[in-house]
Amino acid sequence: MTTAERPFSGQARAAALNVLARKQRSLARDALERLLRNKAAILGLGIIALFMLIAIFAPFIAPYDPVVQIDATGKANPSMGEPWFGDPKYVDPAHPLGTDRIGRDTLSRLIWGARVSMVVGFVPVALIFAIGVSVGLLAGFYGGKLDQILMRVTDVIYAFPDLLFIIIIMATLRNHWLGDLLGGLVLIFGAIAVVNWVGMARLVRGQVLSLKEKEYVEAARAIGVSGPRIMLRHLLPNALSPVIVAVAFGIPSAILAEATLSFLGVGIKPPTATWGSMMFEGYGVFATTPWPVLLPAVCISIVMLSFTFVGDGLRDALDPRMRT
Amino acid sequence: MAAYAIQRVLLVIPTLFFVALITFVLAKAAPGNPFDRNENRPLPPTTIERLNRQYGFDKPVHEQFVLFLGNAVRFDFGSSLTRDRDVRDIIGGEFPVSAQLGVQALLLALAIALPLGIISALKHNTAVDYGSLLFATAGTTIPSFVIAVFAIYFFAVKLHVLPVYGWGTVDKMVLPTVILSLAPMAFLTRITRASMLEAIRQDYVRTARAKGLGEQAVIVGHALKNAAIPVATVIGPFTAGLITGSFLIETVFSVPGVGREFVNSILGRDYPVIMAVFLLFAFIISIANLTVDLVYGLLDPRIKVGQ
Repeated sequence: MTTAERPFSGQARAAALNVLARKQRSLARDALERLLRNKAAILGLGIIALFMLIAIFAPFIAPYDPVVQIDATGKANPSMGEPWFGDPKYVDPAHPLGTDRIGRDTLSRLIWGARVSMVVGFVPVALIFAIGVSVGLLAGFYGGKLDQILMRVTDVIYAFPDLLFIIIIMATLRNHWLGDLLGGLVLIFGAIAVVNWVGMARLVRGQVLSLKEKEYVEAARAIGVSGPRIMLRHLLPNALSPVIVAVAFGIPSAILAEATLSFLGVGIKPPTATWGSMMFEGYGVFATTPWPVLLPAVCISIVMLSFTFVGDGLRDALDPRMRT
Repeated sequence: MAAYAIQRVLLVIPTLFFVALITFVLAKAAPGNPFDRNENRPLPPTTIERLNRQYGFDKPVHEQFVLFLGNAVRFDFGSSLTRDRDVRDIIGGEFPVSAQLGVQALLLALAIALPLGIISALKHNTAVDYGSLLFATAGTTIPSFVIAVFAIYFFAVKLHVLPVYGWGTVDKMVLPTVILSLAPMAFLTRITRASMLEAIRQDYVRTARAKGLGEQAVIVGHALKNAAIPVATVIGPFTAGLITGSFLIETVFSVPGVGREFVNSILGRDYPVIMAVFLLFAFIISIANLTVDLVYGLLDPRIKVGQ
């Protein structure tokens, strides 16, 4: 008999003890470590954190009021304000990123636009999470009528071209009193949530359906754990990985939805600055003054890419098998 | 299978009914009169009354809905509120443009994504692979209208090589087609790469190599054939997505398609056109989803649909 085959040889025992002495690791901790090793995800997180700070401190950072038309320099035509890297003939050092055609400071509008984007990213997704997870848990766990209704609603919602549906909601209700709450933000939150909660509910439902057959759920039931407690303590934590990934991708898609709506002119009401509305307002004179359109476009691209890096990183970290 | 297919086909009807109901309710919930376009110069009440009667807006709401449904089944959506034209004629004239744009974009996406995805899988973890992954990430992440704005800046404003507006000649089609195709191209590259990577690791590929088949025969005959299944299933929804999702590109490049029509009628509160376009799009998407469900079972005998 060689040493390797003897189960309690000195070496094997030492190895076993070594394993036991090792610090306990949780799944979440493992995932976090994997995420922190992902350079793209870290970069994304850093950029998102930066934009969050800009959004929070917008009133203190922005050099000008984003909606007031300034003509401090007394120039004949304030729309000539080019950014510092633009045509030197029209650069005004007081406006490092230039002004739009009615003389509003582009940098200030970008900073306040970050605020709208961040709020629009997080609030609807929080709504989607709350509604989707509750309905999905209940439908998956109890089945029955609720489950059937959920499935039928999904069939209908899946047939909707989702962005177009959000556009219709915005266009029809924009001049309703609903559309006036917070300059249209509340309606945008609602429209995005109404269209997207179903996907989240379906995702959670699917998870619950497979998880509730697992032994640990059976064991919990056998020792008399109540239904709600099984859902919250046993099913929810185990169903969370794909939900977190869905949330991570839901945020940029909500930001994109607002940008798209505002770009089409049915988003947040003017004169509020958002990246999408800046592109919408500047598009008419894009050929002659491109920067008020290009700069918000750059911001949208950077934020979208950052969220994708984080989303991809989270997906790889939470479930390495899902990697594509 | 047959029973499942019939069930899935029949499901399209209630789905479209609810799509119609929801859009109808929304259109009715919109405040203000669709004919009153200028706040400073309101139309005289008698004119509005006459217009309401002409379009049937004086009837009770449920009656209007029944009337609308009855007509919609016969593809009759009445006439536009902003132009003196039949909605059916408007859409009939514009749909071919959107369809052409969508199909061109899909073909371009396939022509580039399939080889790129396959090469990237075969050269896993090389510079080629990373490059195509980077493209796939950027293409799926950066929104099409943002890319469109950059493209217009470089190709039209700076270099003056391509026209920016319109449709009909080849040079006008280049930018809208290419930019619309980027997102599906990126998605398809990802899917092709992933399914090819999985296929070349399967036992049957090893068996094919072991029995002495040439590399080309292994890749084309064994790996590719199986890797094609997931790719084939997404083509239906992609076509639908390209036709229904081109509204931004059509708006940015002034392409006279259904998507731009939709955006314009949204801005002009032209409800008959909005309803018709939306129902048309919902119908296209339903058919695409249906096709995937049915075709999936046919393509992959390992999957039993409807069980």
